[in-house]
Amino acid sequence: MRYIDEFCDPGLAKRLVESINRLSDKEIVLMEVCGTHTMAIFKHGIKKLLAPSIRLVSGPGCPVCVTAAQDIDVARWISRQKDVIFTTFGDMIRVPGGASSLERQKGQEGADIRVVYSILDALDIARNNPTKRVVFFGIGFETTAPSIASGIQLASKQGLDNFFVYSCHKLIPPAMKALLESGEVKIDGFICPGHVSTIIGAKPYEFIAEQYHIPCVITGFEPLDILQAILMLVKARESGQVGVEIQYTRAVKHEGNVVAQRILAEVFEPIDAVWRGIGVIPDSGLKIRQEYSRFDALLQFEMPEMSDKSDLSNLSDCICGLILRGIAIPTDCPLFKTVCNTENPVGACMVSLEGTCAAYYKYSP
Amino acid sequence: MCLGIPVKIMKISDSLAVVEIGGVKRQASLALVEDVRVGDYVILHAGFAIQKVDEDDARESLRLLEEIGICDI
Amino acid sequence: MQFDRILLSHGSGGRLSQQLIHDVFLKELGNEILDELNDSAVFNVAEGKLAYTTDAYVVSPIFFPGGDIGRLSACGTVNDLSMSGAKPFYLSASFIIEEGLSINDLKTILMSMKQAADEARVKIVCGDTKVVGRGMADKVFITTSGIGLIPDGIDISPRRIRPGDSVILSGTIGDHGIAILSQREGLGFSSDFISDVAPLNHLVASMLDEVGNDIHAMRDPTRGGLATTLNEFAQVANLGMRIYEDKIPVQDNIRGACELLGFDPLYIANEGKLVAIVENVAGDRVLACMKRHPLGINAEIIGEVVEKPEGMVSLVTRIGGTRVIDMMVGDQLPRIC
Repeated sequence: MRYIDEFCDPGLAKRLVESINRLSDKEIVLMEVCGTHTMAIFKHGIKKLLAPSIRLVSGPGCPVCVTAAQDIDVARWISRQKDVIFTTFGDMIRVPGGASSLERQKGQEGADIRVVYSILDALDIARNNPTKRVVFFGIGFETTAPSIASGIQLASKQGLDNFFVYSCHKLIPPAMKALLESGEVKIDGFICPGHVSTIIGAKPYEFIAEQYHIPCVITGFEPLDILQAILMLVKARESGQVGVEIQYTRAVKHEGNVVAQRILAEVFEPIDAVWRGIGVIPDSGLKIRQEYSRFDALLQFEMPEMSDKSDLSNLSDCICGLILRGIAIPTDCPLFKTVCNTENPVGACMVSLEGTCAAYYKYSP
Repeated sequence: MCLGIPVKIMKISDSLAVVEIGGVKRQASLALVEDVRVGDYVILHAGFAIQKVDEDDARESLRLLEEIGICDI
Repeated sequence: MQFDRILLSHGSGGRLSQQLIHDVFLKELGNEILDELNDSAVFNVAEGKLAYTTDAYVVSPIFFPGGDIGRLSACGTVNDLSMSGAKPFYLSASFIIEEGLSINDLKTILMSMKQAADEARVKIVCGDTKVVGRGMADKVFITTSGIGLIPDGIDISPRRIRPGDSVILSGTIGDHGIAILSQREGLGFSSDFISDVAPLNHLVASMLDEVGNDIHAMRDPTRGGLATTLNEFAQVANLGMRIYEDKIPVQDNIRGACELLGFDPLYIANEGKLVAIVENVAGDRVLACMKRHPLGINAEIIGEVVEKPEGMVSLVTRIGGTRVIDMMVGDQLPRIC
C-alpha cells in the first residue's frame, strides 16, 4: 500500500538499526508520547532490535487512558437519561469509570450507546432521530478535535437542535510541559506524535528544546519512520544540536494545518483539565466556546456532583498514573497480569487498545 | 497519535470525497484541507482528511533512508 | 393454503408442520434416508474410528456476500470433522425459526445448505424444526451435527505436534469476518468482500493421500482467527510457535479494511481455511499438494513449531523484530487512536 509499504522495507530497517546501535554506547532514554507510537513499537518488535542502552519509555499519549474516571461517570450518566442516544468512538466503551464502564451500562441497563467511527455518523443519527437527544463523546487530542469542531459547525449550519458534544478533548504540549516541570523522569529525547503535529505543526514543541534542551523529532508511524526518528534523536544527543525536527515530512508541515487550527479555535477554547493518574493540568483541555454553547452537553444536562475518583485511590495498587508519566513500566505493577489483564482491566492503561499495559500484555512474553 | 492512514482521493463532491485504500472505499470530509484533487493522497482520521500527503517529501524521505548505512558516520 | 411467512403453528407438529416439512425441507434437502422421516436416521457404518461433532450457527446477517447461514452451517460441521482427518458422511440439522421469517428466505437457506452438502458429498439425514415467537430468536438459528469416518491408521491430533514441525496455512486470512462486518450498519465502506466459506474435506483428503500421518494436527481458524488457533495448538502441545509476518497471505482489500478499522487480520474469523502442523520433511510436499487444489492455491508455510517458550506464539515482524501473538480478547472495536 502506498505510503505504508515503502516505509516498512526490511533492508532499510536493518541498516537503520545498525546505524542506531553503532552510535549507542551511553544510555539514552527516549519518550514516545503517543499511544499509536507505543503500539507501533510493539507491533513491529522494534525494542528487541535496539541496543539495550536505548530505553523507550511511554508517556501520557493515549487519550482514552487519560480520560478521568469522573468524566466517564458523567458519560454514563448522560447515556442513562431519557431519550438519549450516546455515541462514542469504540475504544472508550470498555474503559472503567469509578464504578462501571459504558459497555456495562449498555449491556446491563440497556442504555442506547452506539459506537461510531466519525462525528459525521453521529450527525446522521441525530438527523434520523429528531425526537432523541444525540450526544457525542468527544475524546482525542489535537488530531481529532478539529474534526469534532467541524462537526459542530456542520450541526450549526444544518440547524440541528438535538445534537450535543461532551468534550473531554485534551492537548498534548501542556501535558509534556507538566511532565517536564515535575522533573520525575529523565528524558533525553521526545518521539513526538505524528498526527497531532499534522495539525499543530512544530512550533508548540520548541519550548522543550529551548527551555529544557531536549531534542524533539516529529515522527510517523511506520517502522522506518520510528527507526529514523530514533537515529535522529541519538545523533542530536551526540552532536549537542538540540531543536525540533520533522521526520514525518510527508504529512507534517512546520506550520501544521492552518485550516484545521482555525476551525478548532473557532469552536473550542482551552480550559484546565483533569488527566487520569496525573491530576489537573492547566489549559490542557478544550471547552466549547460561547458561540456554539447550544451544542455543549454540559449545558444541556443538569448533572449531579460526580466525586473525583481520578486518583484511583480506591484501587491503591494500580500504578497507571506512574506509567502514564513514564516513571514506571507495567511489569513494575503488582496487578499486572495477575489481577489486571485485557479481559479484566483495572486501569485505563490496560483497557485502551493503545495503553502501555495492554501493549506489554499483548506483545511481550 | 491516532489512527491516521494514507488514502487516495477517488472522487470529490463539495466538501466530501470518496477515498480508497487497498480497493476499499469510504467517504471522508474535506472540511479540514484545501487544494486537494482527485488522485491526491490524504491522511484520513475519524472520517476526515487532515492533511495532504506530500509526494515529493515522501520520495525525499525514502532517498535519505536509502543513504543511511552507506554514507553514515 | 400457501403461506409466505413462518407462523408459530409451523412448529407445533400439526398439519402445518407437516406441510412445511414436505413442501419446503424435503423438497430442498431430500435424500433416501431423510425422506423416510423416521424418528432416527438409520444407516450402516464401516468398522473403524468415528468422528462426531456439533455446532450452532447464529451468524448475523443471515445472508452475506459469498454465502449464508445455511452454507455456513453445513461447511462448518464438515470442516470440523475434516480437521480430525475424518471423511464426513452425514449431517443432522436442527432449526430454530423466528415467527415471521419469510418462507422464500428459508428456501434459499436450505438450497444453500444442500448445495454445500453436495459439494462436500455429504447428506443431511435428520433434522428438527421449532418455531418461536417474534423476538425470541433472530430470524433463524441452525445447529448441525456430523459424523465421519477416520481412515485406518490416521491419527490427527494436537498432541502429535513436535518441535521442528512446519506450520502451513491454506490461504488468505480475514475474508469471512470482514465480509460479515461489511454488511453491518455504520461502517460505511464498500468493496467486494466475499466470505471464504467452503467445505475443506476434499482438500484434506488429498493432503492425507499425499503424506498420511506426517500431518500431525489440523484446525480451521474460525472465531478468534489464526492467532487464537495457533495459541490453542501451542498450549495443548506445550510448545512454542514462530510465525513469519511476511509469509501470511492477506488480500489487499482485507488489509485496507483492517487499516481503516484498526483491526488485526490475525484475529478475524475464517470459514474456508485450515492450519496444518506437518512433519518438517513433508512440508514442501504438503504445500505443493495444497496448491494444486482450488481451496489451497494461496497456501503458504508460515512458520515452525519450536521448543520454547512453551505455550507461546511469537511473530517475526516484517522488519525482523519479534513480538508475541496473544489469544483474542473480547471483540475488536473500530478505534480512533
